[in-house]
Amino acid sequence: MSEAAPNPEAAAWRRRALLLAPLAAAGLGGAGFYAMLRGLGTGDYDPRGVPSALIGKAPPDFSLPPLEGTGLPGLSAADLRTGKPMLVNFFASWCVPCVIEHPQLMRLAREGVAIMGIAYKDKPVDSLGFLKQRGTPYARLGVDQPGRVAIDWGLYGVPETYLLDKGGIIRWRMAGPVTEEILAQQVTPLLRRYA
Amino acid sequence: MIRWLLLLMLAAGPALAVGDPADQLPNPAQEERARVIGRELRCMVCQNQSIEDSDADLARDLRRIVREQVAQGKPDEAVLTFVHERYGDFVLLKPPFKMATALLWGMPAIALLGGALLIRGMRRRQRVAPGPQELTQAERDRLAQLSGRPRE
Repeated sequence: MSEAAPNPEAAAWRRRALLLAPLAAAGLGGAGFYAMLRGLGTGDYDPRGVPSALIGKAPPDFSLPPLEGTGLPGLSAADLRTGKPMLVNFFASWCVPCVIEHPQLMRLAREGVAIMGIAYKDKPVDSLGFLKQRGTPYARLGVDQPGRVAIDWGLYGVPETYLLDKGGIIRWRMAGPVTEEILAQQVTPLLRRYA
Repeated sequence: MIRWLLLLMLAAGPALAVGDPADQLPNPAQEERARVIGRELRCMVCQNQSIEDSDADLARDLRRIVREQVAQGKPDEAVLTFVHERYGDFVLLKPPFKMATALLWGMPAIALLGGALLIRGMRRRQRVAPGPQELTQAERDRLAQLSGRPRE
């Protein structure tokens, strides 16, 4: 049974649209997929990424002991308000991506950016070995061996890096290593913006 | 060899996912409450398991926190709020209804409504579609002329 079309021209146009619809859908899907793949490559898109619940808030109250042997002071919430933007970096010696991001942290420290470190669920002797071998980018360093302070920050893995503005408010969180791309495209501009 | 290893891993998997019995609360009613709360909370590491089902380190820590707070006598809501404040909406396996999640919650209703509208549209078009029509007098005349039969 064929459909009686009131206007043959409209019917022809509709047929053509029906023919093109799957093509358009495939094209759009392809473009979206390509954008996702590109984002995965540059680190802009992370399918497992979850926004931090602490963005726009002050960090939780905490006080962590120093790591013996580094000569660095421990870290507490009061140390995070210095009138300058800073990074808070959770790391562990057992964490492989932490090794990847370490050179970037060292570079930032050389450029004068204040980085506060928190050693997460790591034996102090292992953290110390890690820093002795690769250098210490931290201005202060707290030891969170039970990982409880990390939970107050909403941490779900290491490394995680938080950017605090000069008022001590959390503005940005990176779950995963700060790669060279992320340093250039996100950290550096944000540090400038919140200075 | 590999096949046997795989079989062994499959058999061992579910047994490993159970939490450490040493972490369980001595009071069975409290332990049951803690489990109910824990099943509402997503393991942020594995993402498709609740913290009760996950063997991840972080899930174990959160299980302990939930049990501590239950043992302290905190109401269920307060325990969920504690974790929600730190980890955001994503940690709740049942996300709260708000602007950002309206589409998520509304999707079943939207899909149902869309389907109903589609069916109505198709029915109506079927009804409107004209059946075979009577020939007009002029057409009948022409037909008769062509087929050479005498006029009616």
